[in-house]
Amino acid sequence: MTVMEQRGAYRPTPPPAWQPRTDPAPLLPDALPYRVLGTEAAAKADPELLRLLHAQLVRGRRYNTQATALTKQGRLAVYPSSTGQEACQVAAALVLEERDWLFPSYRDTLAVVARGVDPVEALTLLRGDWHTGYDPYAHRVAPLSTPLATQLPHAVGLAHAARLKGDDVVALALVGDGGTSEGDFHEAMNFAAVWQAPVVFLVQNNGFAISVPLDKQTAAPSLAHKAVGYGMPGRLVDGNDAAAVHEVLGDAVRHARAGGGPSLIEAVTYRMDAHTNADDATRYRGDAEVEAWRDHDPILLLERELTERGLLDEDGIRAARDDAEAMAADLRARMNQDAPLDPMDLFAHVYAQPTTQLLEQETQVQAELDAEAAGPEGAGR
Amino acid sequence: MTTVALKPATMAQALTRALRDAMAADPSVHVMGEDVGTLGGVFRVTDGLAKEFGEDRCTDTPLAEAGILGTAVGMAMYGLRPVVEMQFDAFAYPAFEQLVSHVSRMRNRTRGAMPLPITIRIPYGGGIGGVEHHSDSSEAYYMATPGLHVVTPATVADAYGLLRASIASDDPVVFFEPKRLYWSKDSWNPEEPQTVEPIGRAVVRRAGRSATLITYGPSVPVCLEAAEAARAEGWDLEVVDLRSLVPFDDETVTASVRRTGRAVVVHESTGFGGPGGEIAARVTERCFHYLEAPVLRVAGFDIPYPPPMLERHHLPGVDRILDAVGRLQWEAGS
Repeated sequence: MTVMEQRGAYRPTPPPAWQPRTDPAPLLPDALPYRVLGTEAAAKADPELLRLLHAQLVRGRRYNTQATALTKQGRLAVYPSSTGQEACQVAAALVLEERDWLFPSYRDTLAVVARGVDPVEALTLLRGDWHTGYDPYAHRVAPLSTPLATQLPHAVGLAHAARLKGDDVVALALVGDGGTSEGDFHEAMNFAAVWQAPVVFLVQNNGFAISVPLDKQTAAPSLAHKAVGYGMPGRLVDGNDAAAVHEVLGDAVRHARAGGGPSLIEAVTYRMDAHTNADDATRYRGDAEVEAWRDHDPILLLERELTERGLLDEDGIRAARDDAEAMAADLRARMNQDAPLDPMDLFAHVYAQPTTQLLEQETQVQAELDAEAAGPEGAGR
Repeated sequence: MTTVALKPATMAQALTRALRDAMAADPSVHVMGEDVGTLGGVFRVTDGLAKEFGEDRCTDTPLAEAGILGTAVGMAMYGLRPVVEMQFDAFAYPAFEQLVSHVSRMRNRTRGAMPLPITIRIPYGGGIGGVEHHSDSSEAYYMATPGLHVVTPATVADAYGLLRASIASDDPVVFFEPKRLYWSKDSWNPEEPQTVEPIGRAVVRRAGRSATLITYGPSVPVCLEAAEAARAEGWDLEVVDLRSLVPFDDETVTASVRRTGRAVVVHESTGFGGPGGEIAARVTERCFHYLEAPVLRVAGFDIPYPPPMLERHHLPGVDRILDAVGRLQWEAGS
């Protein structure tokens, strides 16, 4: 029978085996960033948690200013400041259980410190005496990742492995707005959703990838909307509202731990400082924009809420500042000591067992060091 | 005394057996990649593993090489021992950043706290009539990356032994499988306990006195064939199979060239910037006063891998190897 003969009986049908997949509606983020402070939701927030968040924010801000000062004094090679983003940094550390894992990027040393890593060890990379200064297994914090978004698939793989082993471990991965353009962001999101891995992605949208604003980075309705394409929920939150970030992140972590799969959270925040000390932000943004964000400062928002409700007084604020000063003084004192350096470390840990070639090179450097130590007379040249 | 009847087995079968034995011996070994599960891999190397060990141990991943290797990093961080399959040499490039920026240096950057025991299997090389992007010899990129081992078998028995050793290694290993040799057969009894070759040791495949052919992977059988043909010319060629490009076995190579006084490096990878340049330099540095002639290279030309109907003009063959041997200044030395 030809097509022409069949024509009368032929009825077009949908493509074979096609079925509707995930319903996108429940995955969509809210139209506006979720807020708690200054809204009715604040009344339901635990006052103890708010006070803890406040103390941590004050401490975090002082950590940022101290690290920036250390850079100007030559004690750090470079410091990508998270000033203005402390609510995201602190909440990321606080929502995790001890058995969970944090996967930070290079701007997230504050989150690493808030998780319990020694500040000097967290800053080792940026001081430049080694790459990762802390044992990742001590606090379950992956090395600070400099290549953008490459840490995200690691978080997915770790969360997947934990689930395969029957452990209720959650991985929280941090990335910036620029990082969402990287291929590894896409691949990590996709693997996480396909595997239903217990992982939470927190995008700190601080407005800039060094100098490039978000408009040149993406045409998506919001970064949180990207979640929908992968089949996972996206949430949009005010990244300077510590109570809101803590709540949204906490919900996502509990959801992942309960077997509900991954989530993507976009926290809308602002990078108050330049990209690093080596950057000049005046080349790409105006003062008015920065000033507008000063009125939306994470410490200011929380302090206003706490004082207006009588949950924090001058003594409480002073105590938080004194604690932060003590931390900064300790950090300053320890960072002002020269880092111990051993050139033989160059060859340690390249492989489990050094190759014969590396042993030869190690011998060469040792001979150079011996000659240096012996001085010009001893060198025999 | 009973003798075991050795049955011919293919390299692909030996690799499958190695994966199966490794998975049976160690529950932390996980195989992952594109089409490795239900299909058993496009070369069938993972055939039957998903059925025997379940899809959680032999996993069909999304089609994304950076994601495959990147998630394997996270799995290794949590104590698993992933064996990752890159479907073809040229399809492994998307994973390159993960390999270079993380896999190769995680042990180093964490002062040994976080080793990554990941095996990355890459079918490589030409000679199978593959169309564009299916025949690259990309080993030089990986050799140039500190922190990786780079291993490649040339025989059925080595395929088993070296893959087991790679999976057992606490360092990341890039395991190059010469796809032209997947169906090569050898007398090998898969039911017998198999020896596991250590990584980093070259082997003399054929002893000879006149000159040394230094080679690896798919070029080993070609060199053995050339050595047989060379007898007619009166040359008795030694063939060294490197088996491991990193670590490099200077000892075996140096001893051979000092014995023979002449050397030709043979590989499919490009000559310019290829492994042969490093090997020739190492041989020259260590054997200068023993050499009767410059170390020569017979390599793939410095061109993108050619289309299949032209690849025979590109691949190092017996005639080109014998031509090189003929240029080893025999007049001066005799």
